[in-house]
Amino acid sequence: MDLYQKMSPTPDEDIISVDNLTKRFDDFIAIDQITFKVKRGEIFAFLGPNGAGKSTTIKILTTLLRPTEGTITIDGYDPQLLPHKVRESFGIVFQDPSLDEELTAFENMEYHGILYNISRHIRRKRIEELLGMVELWDRRHELVKYFSGGMKRRLEIARGLMHYPKILFLDEPTLGLDPQTRSLIWGHIKEMNRTKGVTLFFTTHYMEEAERVAERIAIIDHGRIIIQGTPEMLKKETKTENLEEAFISLTGRDIRAEDVSRTERMKMRFRVFKRQRS
Amino acid sequence: MKAIYILWLRQIKRYLRTRARIIGSLGQPLLFLFALGFGFGPIYEKAEGGDYIQFLAPGIISMSILFTATFSGIEILWDRQFGFLKEILVAPVSRLNIMLGRTLGGATVAVIQGTIVFFFSLLFGFKPANLHVLPFALIFMGLIAITFTALGTAIACFIEDMQGFQIVVNFLIMPIFFFSGALFPIHRLPKIVHFISSINPLTYGVDGLRTVLIGGSLLGVGTDLLVMASVAFVILVLGGHLFSRIQI
Repeated sequence: MDLYQKMSPTPDEDIISVDNLTKRFDDFIAIDQITFKVKRGEIFAFLGPNGAGKSTTIKILTTLLRPTEGTITIDGYDPQLLPHKVRESFGIVFQDPSLDEELTAFENMEYHGILYNISRHIRRKRIEELLGMVELWDRRHELVKYFSGGMKRRLEIARGLMHYPKILFLDEPTLGLDPQTRSLIWGHIKEMNRTKGVTLFFTTHYMEEAERVAERIAIIDHGRIIIQGTPEMLKKETKTENLEEAFISLTGRDIRAEDVSRTERMKMRFRVFKRQRS
Repeated sequence: MKAIYILWLRQIKRYLRTRARIIGSLGQPLLFLFALGFGFGPIYEKAEGGDYIQFLAPGIISMSILFTATFSGIEILWDRQFGFLKEILVAPVSRLNIMLGRTLGGATVAVIQGTIVFFFSLLFGFKPANLHVLPFALIFMGLIAITFTALGTAIACFIEDMQGFQIVVNFLIMPIFFFSGALFPIHRLPKIVHFISSINPLTYGVDGLRTVLIGGSLLGVGTDLLVMASVAFVILVLGGHLFSRIQI
């Protein structure tokens, strides 16, 4: 709380600014000269079909991948020059779970707090506040491996907020969750945006979700941003009734072939292996 | 500093929570102690004139540390697969500290495993010469553990799939184990084997540990310490460098 009051956000300042960003892998261009800005406190949706370059962009913004070309500023810092400054400024909920399942919910929170150098006293206060918010306080001492998908996601959101980030990246935060859990999760996230001014940068395949929540939207396809603006603008531009139709009219009806990564294949193999054993 | 501590603590907690792993990984060294100890005992007695279990126990302790330490690199692959690696890599902690915390954690686990094997070896008739030097044994066990945990980490930085990792590590540590003097004395071996042993870092670790536990160094305990410490340092630096280049 204290941190946020000191911040005194200037309303028109861009917290994320991406200019001509390109990421080339050996044989293909994942992101091709994209440029966009996100304002402080804004709810920004980054949409696109599978394999369009969403996750790659998030990985570059969050210092996990190095860009090939282009400039990025996050909360005033260049992720390549001052990665730690950038890392302190954001929280992230990844597309795939990133919890330590052999640890308890409390330990996952506690370790995160220590990695972000939060003092013990504040850590304990925030763990109670955030686990309370996502309704996991009563189960804090259970190992995460016994949690359901929705509980894990809620825990990840609580963890991502633990260091009171200025930006929260959410890569398909509601994927595979039932409507109740989705609405609960969005309730929490929007509350953080409203009360603490956290900038939200999220991706999703649920267009009605994006339409309902996002203040501004950018659509990326084949590594290029094809349009950005408010949901109303996008609908007007494409002369469509809702965002889903706008999205399809902009990106076409082709189903995208997405390479299954090696990690993904291993995960599948592991699941089969587990099933065989139990 | 705190980050190193917490990553170390995580490894310890994970280790203590998987009892099956603790017991499972004791099977191999105990089998070696039992089968080789009783199998080669009489032959060794005739050839070298001494109690084989005295010779063998330090070697098997080293072996259990070598295996546990090197294979702990696979935890990076697990973390990559279960996503926790991302959580650590986006935290404002330097890659070097992450690597140090991990390595110290993996090394501590390996030393604990080695210590358990040590106590079991007492049941097999192993008698350390002087008990008050046992803390020095821990120094050599620690150096072996750090060296090979760092090596495992380094390998895990560029091999992303588990089967590949296991194949490479097996391919690497089997010769390291066999040509370290853990199972048989190296001083009367053919020149080529002797040469391989002398460039094998584990040779110095095993010799150091054996000297501390039962005396009779082949290479000199000072040399052992110096070589092991230098190798540990070099591999730590190498592992740290490779780890700092990890992208997801």
